[in-house]
Amino acid sequence: MAEATANGLGQHGLHASHAHDAPATGVAQAEVHQEHPIKLYMVVWAWLFILSTCSYLVDYFGLHGYLRWSLILIFMILKAGLIVAVFMHMAWERLALTYAIILPPVLILVFVAMMLFEADYTLLTRMSFFGPGP
Amino acid sequence: MAETTLTHTGQTESRPAGWQGIAADWSSDQRAFKNVSWGKAMMWIFLLSDTFIFGCFLLSYMTARVSTRVPWPNPSEVFALRIGGSDIPLILIAIMTFVLISSSGTMAMAVNFGYRRDRRKTAILMLLTAALGATFVGMQAFEWTKLITEGVRPWGNPWGAAQFGSTFFMITGFHGTHVTIGVIFLIIVARKVWRGDYDVGRPGFFTSRRGRYENVEIMGLYWHFVDLVWVFIFAFFYLW
Repeated sequence: MAEATANGLGQHGLHASHAHDAPATGVAQAEVHQEHPIKLYMVVWAWLFILSTCSYLVDYFGLHGYLRWSLILIFMILKAGLIVAVFMHMAWERLALTYAIILPPVLILVFVAMMLFEADYTLLTRMSFFGPGP
Repeated sequence: MAETTLTHTGQTESRPAGWQGIAADWSSDQRAFKNVSWGKAMMWIFLLSDTFIFGCFLLSYMTARVSTRVPWPNPSEVFALRIGGSDIPLILIAIMTFVLISSSGTMAMAVNFGYRRDRRKTAILMLLTAALGATFVGMQAFEWTKLITEGVRPWGNPWGAAQFGSTFFMITGFHGTHVTIGVIFLIIVARKVWRGDYDVGRPGFFTSRRGRYENVEIMGLYWHFVDLVWVFIFAFFYLW
């Protein structure tokens, strides 16, 4: 048991020294981790609070129409961007991973467009069959 | 034809037999994400698939809302709370949003302290994250109770389109489940950090693999994703 623990420690030490070598030798590997100043997280956190408050105020002041929808979308995209880029460290990942993860969800937008057509058609059919709304 | 037939390459292909051999061949030095460990890559791919699940939920909500002739209940009024004699619109949801964002902030700092090998701070921040997550679930339970007593059911509600109830329970229920699972795993990982499992490379009880402090970051990815999904639910379901 004691030996196993010692072994583990040895392995760990090896990993740690590797991590130090990595930037110098240019060998990219998982042990290279990221350290950013706490301040960065605080700033992003503050911005998320501000943006959330803004999107809440959109509802509080009862804005409506295109102004409401565009503001909601802008605040939503900014918040999502901050979370993914900084909190999830996507800004510092290699492009191969970034594109592999960020691009596929774009397909959802295609799906949205298709379903908008479909939903409009359903609404038209319902209106012509049941009459316009109760 | 002849060029493509490389059955005898003159080299012995030393591969394990059976399924292990198949796995070894399929994974033979093909590594797309060069500096990303398998754990992190797999978490990202899982999150991508989860994105499609939540995407489809929000999509079906959009379809239901666009195609109904009956007016959609106004979320601003439905989720209003009576505080001090006046109705404040959407206030509970706003508080839930702030709670979840705060938990994301504490998680980001836990990851940061994890990489600095600060066991105590990492574990405390993770437990704080779990506590905020549990608070969120509690508030969601309160919200569900309130709506159910007001007569919201998956098949109807007092204010308008019947689909309101079904989409609400489906989307927030699935998100709440994600938060709950996150809280459970946060506590598990926090315990490992606290005990120093990642310093001595103690094998995990389930996978028997040695954990590293990167596990804290992978846990963080999941937690931030839960927050991310809430950003979209907040915008599309509660504010739209």
